[in-house]
Amino acid sequence: MEAFSALIAQVEDPADAKNIAAASGAGFAYGLAAIGPGIGIGYLVGKSVEAMARQPEAAGMVRTTMFLGIAFTEALALIGFVVFILLKFA
Amino acid sequence: MFGLEFPPINEILRWQDIFPSFNKIALIAVAATLISITLFLLAARRDPLVAPTGARNLAEVTIDFIEESIVMQTLGKSGLKWTPFLLSLFMFIFLCNIPGVIPIIQMPATARIAIPLALSLLVWVIYIGTGLKHQGLGYFGHLLWPPGVPVALKPLVGLIEFISTIIVTPFSLTVRLMANMLAGHILLVTFGLLTHALFTAETSQIFLVPMSILPFGMLVFLTAFEILVAFLQAYIFAILAAVYINNSTVGHAEDH
Repeated sequence: MEAFSALIAQVEDPADAKNIAAASGAGFAYGLAAIGPGIGIGYLVGKSVEAMARQPEAAGMVRTTMFLGIAFTEALALIGFVVFILLKFA
Repeated sequence: MFGLEFPPINEILRWQDIFPSFNKIALIAVAATLISITLFLLAARRDPLVAPTGARNLAEVTIDFIEESIVMQTLGKSGLKWTPFLLSLFMFIFLCNIPGVIPIIQMPATARIAIPLALSLLVWVIYIGTGLKHQGLGYFGHLLWPPGVPVALKPLVGLIEFISTIIVTPFSLTVRLMANMLAGHILLVTFGLLTHALFTAETSQIFLVPMSILPFGMLVFLTAFEILVAFLQAYIFAILAAVYINNSTVGHAEDH
């Protein structure tokens, strides 16, 4: 973060400084938003594969539930992506 | 900084009107409607005694898929009456998503928020309507308080449940579809631009130009991935609609 403050301090034009702050903020927002869902989806799919390998006859049901779980978990990462778009372009 | 200019977001998402208030997005939406109507009308007109061919095969496979992997998994046998609604939802969203990878068109209609928002508001009205039909005004009670909540916690739980069922549900349905397709579209644009920039680079380092095969390979891979995403997002939208409808018919919502 200090590197960023130093970088912004060097910029003379306030509009440029605003753009730099927005772009780096957007990058941080998306990067942070991707951590949790990444762990969550990994755990979810791993456990589902385990369940399907143990009980192949239940694979269909497990797969449907897995997609539901992925959809709910993924929503967080996607909200992060929307925040990225808003910060970067709005 | 990177040696290439990324176009402003409006340039890759906003389209000129073909004629007033009718642009590419609207064209794709109309085409999606017409294609799915034509497919099922063609399929329905066949003599049921003859072995199915062409359009009828496709229609039967689609209906089987909706019945077996969406309706039977969430609503159960009594929910089979929802098949037509979920089928049209699935077909429309899929046909709106898939133009994202069709050459020349190259734009998923669902990457703009209007279509996802309208569809999730439709689902919202339908699941609240279903709840009112099946449980009367008690639906709102079941919606706010799961069975067995202590009286002291009722205001807090009610507030959380109200926000999650009435506000967050349609919002997350919308954003899930829109952001997925938008992210895919932007990724394709990025790798297309990288390929172009490397291929046409005027540089003394000659080895740089053949390296455009790398982003091009990624572009091909992402195009295949986007076909999967287009299908998966339509499937997820339909299955979540089914889950919400099921929650309204049987009582308290367990997911949100």
